[in-house]
Amino acid sequence: MMRTILAASLLTLAAPAGAAEIWVSNEKDDTISVIDVETLEVVRTIPTGERPRGITFSQDYSRLYICASDSDTVQVMDPETGEILHDLPSGEDPEQFVLHPNDRHLYIANEDDAVTTVVDTETRKVIAQINVGIEPEGMAVSPDGKIVITTSETTNMAHWIDTESKSIFANTLVDSRPRHAEFIKEGGELWVSSEIGGTITVFNVADQSEVAKIRFEVQGVHEDRVQPVGFEFTADEKRAFVALGPSNHVAVVNAETFEVEKYILVGRRVWHMDFSPDRSLLFTTNGVSGDVTVIDVAALEPIKTIKVGRFPWGAAARP
Amino acid sequence: MNAYIICLYAILERESLRFVGQRGRFVAALVRPLVWLLVFAAGFRAALGLSITPPYETYITYEVYIVPGLCGMIQLFNGMQSSLSLVYDREMGSMRLLLTSPMPRWWLLFCKLLAGVTISIFQVYAFLAIAAAFGIVLPWAGYLLALPALVISGLTLGALGLALSSIIRQLENFAGVMNFVIFPMFFLSSALYPLWRMAESSVLLRDICAVNPFTHAVELIRFALYAEVNGPALGWTLLALTVFMALALWGYDPARGLIRRKG
Repeated sequence: MMRTILAASLLTLAAPAGAAEIWVSNEKDDTISVIDVETLEVVRTIPTGERPRGITFSQDYSRLYICASDSDTVQVMDPETGEILHDLPSGEDPEQFVLHPNDRHLYIANEDDAVTTVVDTETRKVIAQINVGIEPEGMAVSPDGKIVITTSETTNMAHWIDTESKSIFANTLVDSRPRHAEFIKEGGELWVSSEIGGTITVFNVADQSEVAKIRFEVQGVHEDRVQPVGFEFTADEKRAFVALGPSNHVAVVNAETFEVEKYILVGRRVWHMDFSPDRSLLFTTNGVSGDVTVIDVAALEPIKTIKVGRFPWGAAARP
Repeated sequence: MNAYIICLYAILERESLRFVGQRGRFVAALVRPLVWLLVFAAGFRAALGLSITPPYETYITYEVYIVPGLCGMIQLFNGMQSSLSLVYDREMGSMRLLLTSPMPRWWLLFCKLLAGVTISIFQVYAFLAIAAAFGIVLPWAGYLLALPALVISGLTLGALGLALSSIIRQLENFAGVMNFVIFPMFFLSSALYPLWRMAESSVLLRDICAVNPFTHAVELIRFALYAEVNGPALGWTLLALTVFMALALWGYDPARGLIRRKG
């Protein structure tokens, strides 16, 4: 309780007026839960298309893009009113996507079609479809916008896409069922998590060579249940927080030594996460328990767990 | 008034001396909950299942859950041991000496009770310090606010011990106290499992747990350790304290009590 008050008061000092929010997509409820970062309570629940999974904001936060997987579309929402403005053509079963730094092109992984679809959010047209491995899921874009990564769950590869030519220029093998990818170090390093393999593979982007492999071991949890999925980096990129799926823990990884520093207990089947805009708090989506655990980033302690809809999946912060 | 303080001081000092003299007792008092915490809880790390019950705001490991119950356990054993010492005192005669003092009997018993509670609180904080060393750290305000809760729960469990000691004739009967009082009270409470978990196997068990004063003493400590007040638990514990204290006074009343009946 005191810790919550302390965290909340620290937050009030750090955050500018006008409450920041965390938006969470609820896969089974077809809704989005909006959490107020200051009160740590759900303040709005907004209906969406069927099975919302990946969500992301446009750069000015005036638009929210939602992968409505079972509606086979990407929805565009006005975050002020919660109204769906229009749908974007997305190809079948969009699961995850990434918005190009040009704030215009969405790269969408179409899980059932083994393609990555590129959609122009202004003309609302598909501008390219790139054949990738089976069941593409994880998506990442380098900060300079030159490289997009698609990971395919069944082919177990990271596909390196040149955004200029919209074609694959390299494929690298990773461990079984890659789920999520992120660039760090100004696009110099790529991390890819493998759910079944139970690892994170770190690549040097310049020559696509493997730099390190991170393994996880949660005390008292069978290794089969330790399944890394979503992960995020602190602002200084010195630490990564890795959701470990049904092990119900988030690993804290030193991004320099690649060693695991701590495991934090969260809800069941932790999937994705996002930081509050000031990066002092981390919000993890716990699918099976249907809640979001808030982690104090400085103290590396969970401070509260908030009930949201059924099977929360993705999370995105809005200042 | 002064005589009351002298009496209190004398009994406190005697009990403290006895406690300091019995290092084994202190070690035993600490080892018992530590075995539960570090061995039993480790094996059941995932057994609690996942559900957030107040005062917890997020998911916790089983070790974190049973800490307040183990604080209660320390006080329960301590309360019973004080009663054991009363039986011993009665056998050895120093109790008769004490009870012949001109002080009112209720004051003598209360001093005895308070001495026991003081020792139990000392043991609880030593336990919490060791638990913290093993990474189970509570909010700092909780450590402070647990003190009044521990005083109330300690008095309640101590009063129960006093009431029992008035009917136990011999030291040997302490095993009976273990079997018929300590174990049922401890296991039929929220110390080891939350009540919703009990209800899963048997609603009757849950109801028994819900009326067990030890459950409320534990919940009082649990909420206090997280800087919160559990009103119903406080009420139940105070009610139990009143009842046990009344029983103890009645039991030790030479005119009516059980001492006389036993002859």
